[in-house]
Amino acid sequence: MSETEAAMQGHGAMLEASPYAIPSRKLTMWLFILSDAVTFGAILFGYGYLRTASNDWPTPFKFNPSILNVMIMTVVLITSSLTMLGAVDAAKAGDKPKATRFLWSTILLGVIFAGLHLREWFSMIDEGVRLFQNPWGSPLFGASFFSITGLHMLHVVTGVVAIAVVSRLFTRGRLTPGHVETMGLYWHFVDLVWMFVVPLVYLLNISR
Amino acid sequence: MAGSAKSGNVIVKYLPVYFVLLAISFLEVFLAYQHFSTAGLLAFLLFLAVCGAMLAVMYFMHLAHERRSLFLTLIPALIFVLLMMNMIWTDSFRLLHMRPFAH
Repeated sequence: MSETEAAMQGHGAMLEASPYAIPSRKLTMWLFILSDAVTFGAILFGYGYLRTASNDWPTPFKFNPSILNVMIMTVVLITSSLTMLGAVDAAKAGDKPKATRFLWSTILLGVIFAGLHLREWFSMIDEGVRLFQNPWGSPLFGASFFSITGLHMLHVVTGVVAIAVVSRLFTRGRLTPGHVETMGLYWHFVDLVWMFVVPLVYLLNISR
Repeated sequence: MAGSAKSGNVIVKYLPVYFVLLAISFLEVFLAYQHFSTAGLLAFLLFLAVCGAMLAVMYFMHLAHERRSLFLTLIPALIFVLLMMNMIWTDSFRLLHMRPFAH
């Protein structure tokens, strides 16, 4: 069968080389990350709009506990990216026990991050911050704070669950190192988003 | 286990990127406590965040090691969309000054 005949019968894609030379699952993850980046971009731009348009935007974050907590969370999340790199590397090298150890280290760090995040949330709630009210100023502060950090935490929790599933299935031989690598892309993206959330949501609103 | 002999160096390999990302995060906190204007501080913080993000994308996510076509497909489109979102600022400044029909 010639290439033309194959293409006419709907098998053209099988003959055509991938322009990116990566598996389709990895390309799909990249496209998901692109769309998710736009989602976070939109929500952060929306936050910027509200902050600029409000002349009584509160600046409640004290160094201790909020900023200190955020610094620890940042270290934890960046370290989890490093352990994820170790997991991908070990998986590609065929060292399943080591890959699993790294994956569970990443999960542990993700859980610590989520715990610290919850502690921050409860501290804010104790101070009277709700979705549409707070004791200091613009009532939309709570809405934007909980929306942005909540969406990020949803990504962290989803990632932790997904890594646990991938780890288990990879250990049993039902997934390939490629799946671990694709999972790693997602986790690094979660780390990347945090790099924008910290300066825009926390550091621009510190209490002086 | 021949495969395991190949693994293990990746953590060491990416430690410099890890420490640069941590340094960027601490520098951001330091800058936040300096007495810059809000716009100035925003510019510094965004610049540092973009630098950190580029490092993460290029090295942790290995985009630097993929074909350039993948970079050219993803990154310019993302930058374009994010730049297009900047058209909201005039309206937010209008609301700040409570000028409903300001030019």
